[in-house]
Amino acid sequence: MAEITVPDTVSSIAVPRRRWRRFADSDLWWSFRRSPVTVAAALVAFVIIGAALLAPLIAPHDPYDLASLSLLDATDPPAWLQDGNWSYPLGTDNQGRDVLSTILYGTRLSLLVGCAAVLLSLILGVTLGLVAGWRGGFADTLIMRIADVQLSFPAILIALLIDGVARSVLPREVQAQITLYVLIAAIALSYWVHFARTVRGSTMVERNKEYIQAARVIGVHPARIAIGHLLPNVIGPVLVIATINLATAILTEATLSFLGVGLPPTEPSLGTLIRVGNDFLLSGDWWISIFPGIVLALLILSVNLLGDWLRDAFNPKLR
Amino acid sequence: MIAFIIQRLLQSVLVMLTVALIAFALFNYIGDPISNMVGQDTTQADRERLRQELGLNDSFVVQFARFAGRAVQGNFGLSYQQARPVGQIILEKMPATLELSFTAAFIALILGVPMGIYAGLHRNSWASQAMLAVSLIGVSLPTFLIGILLILVFAVELGWLPSFGRGTVVHLGWWTTGFLTAEGWRAIILPAITLALFQMTLIMRLVRAEMIEVLRTDYIKFARARGLTNRAVNFGHALKNTLVPVITITGLQLGSIIAFAVITETVFQWPGMGLMFIQAVTFADIPVMAAYLVLVGLFFVIINLVVDLLYYAVDPRLRVEREVAANG
Repeated sequence: MAEITVPDTVSSIAVPRRRWRRFADSDLWWSFRRSPVTVAAALVAFVIIGAALLAPLIAPHDPYDLASLSLLDATDPPAWLQDGNWSYPLGTDNQGRDVLSTILYGTRLSLLVGCAAVLLSLILGVTLGLVAGWRGGFADTLIMRIADVQLSFPAILIALLIDGVARSVLPREVQAQITLYVLIAAIALSYWVHFARTVRGSTMVERNKEYIQAARVIGVHPARIAIGHLLPNVIGPVLVIATINLATAILTEATLSFLGVGLPPTEPSLGTLIRVGNDFLLSGDWWISIFPGIVLALLILSVNLLGDWLRDAFNPKLR
Repeated sequence: MIAFIIQRLLQSVLVMLTVALIAFALFNYIGDPISNMVGQDTTQADRERLRQELGLNDSFVVQFARFAGRAVQGNFGLSYQQARPVGQIILEKMPATLELSFTAAFIALILGVPMGIYAGLHRNSWASQAMLAVSLIGVSLPTFLIGILLILVFAVELGWLPSFGRGTVVHLGWWTTGFLTAEGWRAIILPAITLALFQMTLIMRLVRAEMIEVLRTDYIKFARARGLTNRAVNFGHALKNTLVPVITITGLQLGSIIAFAVITETVFQWPGMGLMFIQAVTFADIPVMAAYLVLVGLFFVIINLVVDLLYYAVDPRLRVEREVAANG
């Protein structure tokens, strides 16, 4: 696949075009176009992620700029309601921050934590899975027993526990600065098991195939076989799991932040925004929590749908 | 059979020991237990004597054995935050969580199973399509968001149901129950629905998938060929065979209901173990965290064990496979 050599006569522009043709003719693209739900999910995810990435450019206000905030503007309702104001389209929160802007910046943080956590758990899980499947023996037993114990607990409890331990170990001054990293690590450490189990399973199948034996016979270094030859052949299902786990990781981050052990209100993610808004729900200021909630639900739903589609598209049994 | 039970029991004990070891490590090595107990002006000599008295200078194995021995008796030391025995606090909070969890599990089963059967039997009807669409949303909506929406509609806008707490509770010995007062019943409705919704969609999808799978098999075709009524085929033959995996999953889900109760209890300020755990995490109250960890671990191990044994008892095929594997 990656080894396609391009003849010198072909101009450099032709290569991407040809790749694009190949993609357009592929089963993957066909199954994507055929499912309107998936196309809709991709559109929604694209809009939300795009808006989050462009937040500094398109947000009407800067929620981190304390000087621009005024408590006189606090808890304004959305613009289309009575007392609403079009400079705050979705209303303001208890500190006078524009809800639309905090949502845009909050989605950025939620996505950042989610993606970083998935990436970290992917690296951790794939490495441990490769070691377990490739080396076997004691390493395998140890890694898989840990995985079994961890799998018998819900991930959210493990993430909470790691977060709580980090809170008591680290001094208070440091805590505020590294909350983000603690959160990413806590989520990553609670989701690596799925990756490790999948990779271990396929590694054990691939390990005895001829191309691996051939590589061994000609004396390639074992680490190089594992990374250069084995990894590309076991990585497919991992990417599908990563997509599904992205939705779960975003959800976990939101839940932890909602429970008050995630990101602080000064730098809110979607979960923190919902938590802040929850305190004002009983006084009727529903927009502070409901709008971030809708964005969060749409984001998770669309990523979930994309993950489902990817899983089905990669599963030859369902074709 | 006996070998299998012993093997499973050993495995459970091993898991419990691991959990206890983590809890013990939390308890002993995070922060200095002595500085959590004494004041600023205690002398170094006094600290050392206290250390000796509490046995903190003993070897790791001795200390762990002592910790495990105390844990078995329900003694987890004092809470840093409340300065009361942790065992006592947990005992106070447990009834609230268990009542909520079992009510939620009951709702999830009583609604999820019939909906799943219907959706499996009438695959293409608009009602089952609607159920599937709703269940997809149910899976994607975070638990706390469902709780907030329910509070907004039923507590704030309509004012029908309370938005927090357990209502009036009645003491029955050490157990407190909300089931004996009308207020208690009203208070449990919203949290129980919130907690049940996710599990209900899960059970519904599972029953539906199993039903569709079973209805394709040859013995169902044969039963139809014999001229049995739809009712006998669907409920006598098909349903019975779908229930085995349903029992397993539902049993395992009971464990995660107790875990998800952490979120629901926070949203509704339900005075149970989950809320206690969150407060412990926020205040870094290690003894409470350790005790909760051990207790939840125990719940999970017991549930897993019972489900495994139940599965083994319900499905005769498993027994045969094991014997074949053992002899071959």
